[in-house]
Amino acid sequence: MNQQYDVVIIGAGPAGLSAGLYAARSRMSVLILEKEKKGGQIVTTDEVANYPGSIREATGPSLIARMVEQCDEFGAEIKMKTVVDLDLKSKMKKVILDDDTVVEAKSVIIATGAEPRKLGVDGEKELTGKGISYCATCDADFFTDLEVYCIGGGDTAVEEAIYLTKFASKVTIVHRRDELRAAKSIQEKAFKNDKIEFIWDSVVEEVNGDGIVEQMVLRNKKTGEKQVIDAPEDVGTFGIFVFVGYIPNTELLDGHIKLSPRKYIEACTKMKTDVPGVFAAGDVRDKDLRQVVTATADGAIAATQAEHYISNTEF
Amino acid sequence: MLVLDKKTFEEEVLNSDGFTLVDYYSDGCEPCKALMPDVEDLAEAYGDQVKFCKLNTTGARRLAISQRVMGLPAILLYKDGEKVDECTKDDATKAEIEAMINKHI
Repeated sequence: MNQQYDVVIIGAGPAGLSAGLYAARSRMSVLILEKEKKGGQIVTTDEVANYPGSIREATGPSLIARMVEQCDEFGAEIKMKTVVDLDLKSKMKKVILDDDTVVEAKSVIIATGAEPRKLGVDGEKELTGKGISYCATCDADFFTDLEVYCIGGGDTAVEEAIYLTKFASKVTIVHRRDELRAAKSIQEKAFKNDKIEFIWDSVVEEVNGDGIVEQMVLRNKKTGEKQVIDAPEDVGTFGIFVFVGYIPNTELLDGHIKLSPRKYIEACTKMKTDVPGVFAAGDVRDKDLRQVVTATADGAIAATQAEHYISNTEF
Repeated sequence: MLVLDKKTFEEEVLNSDGFTLVDYYSDGCEPCKALMPDVEDLAEAYGDQVKFCKLNTTGARRLAISQRVMGLPAILLYKDGEKVDECTKDDATKAEIEAMINKHI
């Protein structure tokens, strides 16, 4: 027999967990599905400095552990399963899992988040984990006393560059424009840091190396000039940390609900999508500010709206 | 799973006959912690054909780099002490690791 819930939430990051907490607290039966790891992108962050109240034990993992505990306490169920297909058209929505289980739900909240964008250059795939990284807290340790290049100019790129100075001998931020996009307070910290240097107006063209990063080719967007960066001979390698924005996890949804041109979910301020009973929350939604605080707010709103929808609909 | 360190790595992996799988992880790597139960499941299923080990790279950085591991999670499969295959980062999933094992044993 198919499993049935009032609300199925796809994604167990801050948005999904907040939705789960609110929905379970209002006595709805709740299932949260997560394909990879609880917590989403924030668990790779070592210090969450700007989530209100997170001044103690503010690592991403500890914050998420407390959210999961709260969800458990209110009775939301969390399963580590991948969603492979959806039927959102009918009144009882169907969520199909990778073990062929079909879960039925009166309402679905999509909180699948986003993931780091790749550079899309030659050598990137082969050298990921061999000098190219997208996760400073995972891999920073390997680059102790080595040189590191941080690609990108947003909040994440500059914050992670600052974090990497604790390990690397030198950190160079490579940005495609002539000024950073990161918040001013973060920029100031970076400009004050002796270990951080900058290469402006430049993008990565290719990365080379035999089993390990040995060379990176940059191109100056204004002059067209190429700059070849070779690993110092004595150590033989250097690090490339990529923080060039995000892509939303919406491949499953194309054709089911309305997406923006950049493939984020278009939902109103009540988190409603264009399909009745289907809500969106967190980074996957088309919006300006993608932070833990906006993700949790989205989750809370989506859950209360799901409750409204269920109590005003005949099933 | 056998817990390796700097001192035992050579004997248990590089000087070991047959198949040895090493799960490289670290204290700060959350994706590694999420993956570990899956690798433990595989150790249950394939433990009689492959020796399952794990190495905390925190404090064993040079050893990891000597094995060309500079990103986590990384699951490396060795045969008679030589690396034959690996699943790193996005490819380090239960399904991919199981496929890797089945490809070689």
